[in-house]
Amino acid sequence: MGEAPAAVELRSISKSFPGVLANDEVSLAVRRGEVHCLLGENGAGKSTLMSVLAGLHQPDGGEIRVDGRRVTIGCPREAIDLGIGMVHQHSSLIPVFTVLENLLLGRGKGLRLKTGEALAALNELSALLGVTVDPSVQVGRLSLGEQQQLEIVRALWRGSRVLILDEPTSMLTPKGVEGLQRVLAQLKRQGLAVIFITHKLREAFDIGDRMSVLRRGRLVGTIDEATMRGGTFAELRQMVVDLMFPGEAARLARVAEMRGFEGPMRHTRRPAAGPPLLELSDVLVPGARGEVGIDEPLSLAVYAGEVVGVAGVDGNGQRPLAEGIAGQRRVTAGDIRLAGTTVRALSIGARQRLGLRYVTDDRLGEGVAPPLSVALNLVSKRIGAPPFWVHGRTRKTAIERHARALVAEYDIMTPTLDTPAGSLSGGTLQKVVVARELSFGPKVVVFNKPTHGLDVKTTAMVRDRIGRLVEDGAAAALVISTDLEELLELCDRVAVLSCGRLMGVVENLPGAEQEIGALMIGGGDE
Amino acid sequence: MSEAETRVASPPRATSVRVLTGIWHGFGPIVYALVAGGMLLLLMGRDPISFYATTIDSGLLSQAGLEQSIIRMAPLLLMSAGLIVAFQAGLWNIGGDGQFLIAAAVVAGLGAPLMGVLPYWLALALLCVIGFAAGATWTIVPSVLKAWYGVNEIITTLMVGFIGIRLANLLIKGPFLSDRSLVPQTDVIPFKYLLPYLPGTRIHLGIVVALAALTAVHYMQTRTSYGLSLRMLGASHKAAVHAGLDVKRDIVTAFALSGGLIGLAAAVEVLGVWGYVRADWNPAFGLTLFALVFLARLNVKLVIPLVAFFAVLSIGGHEAARRADLPNDFLLLLIGLILFFMVFTEWVRTKRWTAGMRLRPARRTSKREAALDE
Amino acid sequence: MSSLLTSEFLAALISGAVIAGAPLLFAALGETVSEQGGVLNIGLEGMMLFGAYGGFVVAHWTGSSWIGFLAAIVAGLLVALLMVVFCVRMGRDQIVVGIAILLAVEGLTSLLHAAQFGTSYPRLGAVPTVRVPWLTDVPIVGSSFFGQPAIVYIGIALVGVSWWVLSRTNAGLHLRAAGWKPAALDNAGVDVLRVRTVAVLVTGALAGLGGGYMAIVVAGVFVPFMTGGVGFIAIVIAMLGRGRPLWVAVGAFLFGAALSSATSLQLAGVNVPTDVVQMLPFVTVILALIVFARQSYLPSALATPYVRGGR
Repeated sequence: MGEAPAAVELRSISKSFPGVLANDEVSLAVRRGEVHCLLGENGAGKSTLMSVLAGLHQPDGGEIRVDGRRVTIGCPREAIDLGIGMVHQHSSLIPVFTVLENLLLGRGKGLRLKTGEALAALNELSALLGVTVDPSVQVGRLSLGEQQQLEIVRALWRGSRVLILDEPTSMLTPKGVEGLQRVLAQLKRQGLAVIFITHKLREAFDIGDRMSVLRRGRLVGTIDEATMRGGTFAELRQMVVDLMFPGEAARLARVAEMRGFEGPMRHTRRPAAGPPLLELSDVLVPGARGEVGIDEPLSLAVYAGEVVGVAGVDGNGQRPLAEGIAGQRRVTAGDIRLAGTTVRALSIGARQRLGLRYVTDDRLGEGVAPPLSVALNLVSKRIGAPPFWVHGRTRKTAIERHARALVAEYDIMTPTLDTPAGSLSGGTLQKVVVARELSFGPKVVVFNKPTHGLDVKTTAMVRDRIGRLVEDGAAAALVISTDLEELLELCDRVAVLSCGRLMGVVENLPGAEQEIGALMIGGGDE
Repeated sequence: MSEAETRVASPPRATSVRVLTGIWHGFGPIVYALVAGGMLLLLMGRDPISFYATTIDSGLLSQAGLEQSIIRMAPLLLMSAGLIVAFQAGLWNIGGDGQFLIAAAVVAGLGAPLMGVLPYWLALALLCVIGFAAGATWTIVPSVLKAWYGVNEIITTLMVGFIGIRLANLLIKGPFLSDRSLVPQTDVIPFKYLLPYLPGTRIHLGIVVALAALTAVHYMQTRTSYGLSLRMLGASHKAAVHAGLDVKRDIVTAFALSGGLIGLAAAVEVLGVWGYVRADWNPAFGLTLFALVFLARLNVKLVIPLVAFFAVLSIGGHEAARRADLPNDFLLLLIGLILFFMVFTEWVRTKRWTAGMRLRPARRTSKREAALDE
Repeated sequence: MSSLLTSEFLAALISGAVIAGAPLLFAALGETVSEQGGVLNIGLEGMMLFGAYGGFVVAHWTGSSWIGFLAAIVAGLLVALLMVVFCVRMGRDQIVVGIAILLAVEGLTSLLHAAQFGTSYPRLGAVPTVRVPWLTDVPIVGSSFFGQPAIVYIGIALVGVSWWVLSRTNAGLHLRAAGWKPAALDNAGVDVLRVRTVAVLVTGALAGLGGGYMAIVVAGVFVPFMTGGVGFIAIVIAMLGRGRPLWVAVGAFLFGAALSSATSLQLAGVNVPTDVVQMLPFVTVILALIVFARQSYLPSALATPYVRGGR
């Protein structure tokens, strides 16, 4: 622990966008050979801070120092030249290009492609990190973990001395996480400074050497190595709570907000009654090109009054499963029954009318039509139906009344009813989608990653709604999520999806977490 | 509400200011283009003032000119409506000229025979329907390919459009060929069987048909569930599928409606002005109408004054060009310039907007920046 | 039917394919570059038309067809500059700007032509053709394929050059990245807008050259609207070619054969109406699309302006 200048230092960085202060005088120093975790809930400003470092945004105030020298980073190229590499949460690789082509991107010196050089570098760096990648395969066919490894290799090849990883474990299996930890250990030995962005305290505890906590755009504290190594997880959690909510009264008042950081809550089991509301029998749903679908016959039953979860790492067949049930994708075998009625041959609209609902994870892409108003999006699945349309004619007042009621009930923050949905924030959008899907007598609601990327308050609201949906025993929910803690909190039973196969269904009893983990690994990804 | 959720209000702007800026953004491009065109005329040694004066005079102020302009408007309005219906649904129907000519050939070919057999009004109505049907039929191949197989309609409508232009010629030179003329063309519908004039004028009924059709289209778009389905399809194909809309049906019907309106435009032109169709005739309205339709921001109401403006420029400009010893195509340049200026003023407008403040919940603002925070 | 197999017909067919196909080749290769980079040039026809006009005027002035070709390239570049400013840099809608370009160029060239040559109707002399020592004397194929003006062979060489650039150079890699996922390219530190700018300018140059070829070599004169839809055909060829220069060349050749087939068929004594013959290439495309009915394999970021930080 010498007194060499920090590899990279951010001093009093401030960044605001119209109407919001994303970073408020945040200071951070990261040393060589350490993994520094940047912890904070969604919306705390972690990604913005790192974007400033990576050259995607310009800070409004403060300065950046690399190896003690003051620098300005005007664009990603300058960041790369300074040795700062960023691995984004959503892959910045090009799926149709091969591994080698992706590696060569940005190495634009000269006319010809230096495939030989790239190949050599790939082999060398892969050996160093202990990973293997086939250079000629299309990146889209790689698993998400392998793609991430490729991005790290690429960052190293560009000479990165500072590596920023943005929520890297969100797409990994437990085995993949282990692989990442091994890679990180290697990187530390090479003297890299690693910044690890996460919103999961447990992860920061397991992986980080030091930790900085952000809340609402401000740095609320840094926890040093000695404390991190010396304390237990519970002690650390208490410390973080104290940092985020100093003062007794404030702390008590905000305990609800902290639920994201609590350990998994046990959920009381509800007895299932009667015939299943949703029944899948030996269903096959092929994935698109390069995508994992439901490749082995899947059977699952969901009963009224229960919440069934689908756990698994992203990209193991979740989207095909959801779309197959909803009718947006062709099911090539098996049967789907809704309250006894076979729906496999029915259109999307017909299934909706029978009470099937689908809260998609692609809010902006398909959940709403961005140019249309909030009011119209709230009735978009009832186009042509009374009371909003009579003989095909639009009844504007009915639509507005309905919209106003939903806006009030779900606290949807929109300037007006006519605001285009595309200008709403992620959390508000999700409220619109949920509000729409839960109206007009839902019987079975499929939720795909319902709290992904949402702030704590909206997350709580959505989870609350799921619980309320099944309260009276007339409806059921199928919750697909990559967040195991969320599933354990909400669900009565959890199905495990791995490599397009249903590995098993686990009752939500003490020990469920381990059982689910075991089933996920058993699938053999990576 | 905590401070973090306080709404950020925009400074209120006086209504009069907003109306003025609205008008400026609407008409500004036209004014700029006229000025730029005028400067070009000067450079070429012509007098822009007298050019524009003649245009207005011959196209608008004279009785005959005004009538001609209104007559010219009829097919243009119908064709614009056809384009708007497709574009609003996100469907690029760029084979309009082919649809137009096929319908024109069929209507002209069947016109004289039908007039001889059926009562006048029935024949007229039937011919209009035939024109609509012919235009609609010519969209089937592209629309089905798009709806069922996702084939890019830019290519297919273009190809089928080119085929249509040539097929129309084949029809005129083949089954519909008149043996009473030296030039290859269809039989001529006698003048007394053409669309009647509006009383007291020499403007044929076509304009009434056009305005009625436009009203119907506007009603469909704004007040019916079908119109909303099309709007949704145009706004986001994926969202339309997700919402359970019968997207295949909507694509085919929207295309058919689009082609049908264009076919009706052809019928009106044939039945109102010409009475016959010559081989190799192609008024090629399509390209300029794209421009007008974009300028009108795909709004059926706005397109009416724009088409009127264009009609006056066409008729009056024809005379002005003749006197200035220039080809008619100055009009094309003007329309192109108007589009450029429109694009430019749009850019200026949106740039200013993001710099100012907007009414938003405090924590999140534009989706763009918020995307990085999630 | 046997008259179709005469040497006159075949020679005329091949010759026509090359003559009519060359402008398509230039323009389609150019459009391929743009499309691979994510830009759709509906105004391609305008670039060709302006190239035709510029090329003709300068060739007429200087008496040299080579300088005329150079001027055609410059003319195409100027029009492409409009696309760069409005679409790449300002991020406006590519289809709207493309139509604006086409209309403006059509009107402008018609006006300028009337002002300059309204009464004089000048014509250019024939462009010298090449004689390849042994190949030109091969019967049928020889003079029709190997006896064309030198510019044609430059075009054919461009096919190979394009292939090499697209698949073997950094420029090509970056171009394709800009078309598929510009955000990834930006994160890699490459200036996406610059890549697209260069791509569009290259398209303009090639399209202008194609138009210049039509005026200088084929017609020997400039006539308003003389490109007559050729630019749109080039766009289709580029889309169907899916970024493979060889397929683009094949497409250009086939369409060229069909477009010029009226003359060749006349020579063969076959009496098929011109309209039918001219329909054939389009019908073939449609049939091919129906039979293969796949999604056109276009880069995902086609026609979407790139804004950093945007979705």
